[in-house]
Amino acid sequence: MSRAKDVLLDPLFNKNPIGLQILGICSALAVTSKLETVIVMCLAVIFVISGSNVSVSLIRRQIPSSIRIIVQITIIATLVIIVDQFLKAYAFGISKQLSVFVGLIITNCIVLGRAEGFAMKNPPGLSFLDGFGNGLGYSIILILVAFCRELFGAGKLLGFSILPNTSEGGWYLPNGLMLLPPSAFFIIGLLIWALRTWKTDQVEEEN
Amino acid sequence: MSRDSTAKILTVAFLLCVICSILVSAAAVGLSERQERNKAAEKKKNILVAAGMYDESVSLDEQFSMIQTRIVDLQAGEFTDDFDVASFDSRVAAREPENRMVIPEGQDLAGIKAHSRYQEVYLVMDVDTLRQVILPVYGKGLWSTMYGFISLDADMTTVVGFAFYEHGETPGLGGEIDNPDWKKLWPGKHIYDDQGNTRIEVIKGTVDRDSANAIYQVDGLSGATLTARGVSNLLQYWMGKNGYQPLLTRLKREGVN
Repeated sequence: MSRAKDVLLDPLFNKNPIGLQILGICSALAVTSKLETVIVMCLAVIFVISGSNVSVSLIRRQIPSSIRIIVQITIIATLVIIVDQFLKAYAFGISKQLSVFVGLIITNCIVLGRAEGFAMKNPPGLSFLDGFGNGLGYSIILILVAFCRELFGAGKLLGFSILPNTSEGGWYLPNGLMLLPPSAFFIIGLLIWALRTWKTDQVEEEN
Repeated sequence: MSRDSTAKILTVAFLLCVICSILVSAAAVGLSERQERNKAAEKKKNILVAAGMYDESVSLDEQFSMIQTRIVDLQAGEFTDDFDVASFDSRVAAREPENRMVIPEGQDLAGIKAHSRYQEVYLVMDVDTLRQVILPVYGKGLWSTMYGFISLDADMTTVVGFAFYEHGETPGLGGEIDNPDWKKLWPGKHIYDDQGNTRIEVIKGTVDRDSANAIYQVDGLSGATLTARGVSNLLQYWMGKNGYQPLLTRLKREGVN
């Protein structure tokens, strides 16, 4: 049981895909200016990464090693297209805001990394937990980044006004930098700093 | 059969492709009806938003019943009944060579090269009087083609509303063309001056209210100079002589019929 627990919980803080492995930064910069889009994006990534891990793991003994990456990408791409179609049908407004970034989950290194690095060697149950855990680890960071960006960039959370804007008669002057992708870099940098101060074993040795 | 034999590779690849394509097609076909409905509703909503008539509490179809859809022949500046309004799509129509208008070199301000000679326009009627006309416009911004609707008052020059419904400009910068506060700057602006020149533009910075040109100018968006230039250019094009100007001139002179 403890193996399963580690597989599920390690990616949250101990081996966070963004915090430790610095993967998946592209979408972390692109979609995090609003909390609402991020939540949908995270659900999509969790679905794709869990689904691809289970599928790859189920057929891991059948996959010829010479085409294994192609097989993994095909599975991932299929799942991503299905998610994209569902969003267009049931969450049209949000799918418009996420635009190409749902499609770009295919190229999210975390998904392929888990399929190749974990699901190819482990049974479906564990692979599912690993995918789910990594999806959650990715989500935690994205949600924190989006929280800061929407709060300080627009004075809102999930579209509700938290800090009343000066343009609407309040006192808060929104920080425009927060709406730009580079601000996500700063926030992720600060988060990694905080994470490594807390978990000192993640600090890389200086050479 | 060993795992790395050629036969195995081909079998796995083939089976995987078949299964994945079945899943993808099933999702695409199964959901397409719903997606089309979303798109159609979105379009109606955008037309109503541009007309300043959108009201969330009333059903879309009911609100849309006040609007007449007509197909306009841009070259003649007249309405045409050659197409079925319900199924008309100007992007599809533009595929037929005889329906295409290729924009002469140097006049392609919107950056779109060619477009359909026939376009859908929407008339807001109050019994027999024309209240507003809503025109689809599009053109290149910084990254993407921006699609929008502009609504003009019965004088055919005063803007009632202007809104983009599809674009891929940078969120927070060019993407601010969606910002309600910016859209509020448009109503009341004039497209044409008294000589019929297309004057409307998005300027850099803030409009000087005392200037004689203020009626044709809209505040720029900070950090979005190129998107704003795209907006000015596409309006220059579509409101000009290759665009809707012939139709608007005629409507102003003769009314709808």
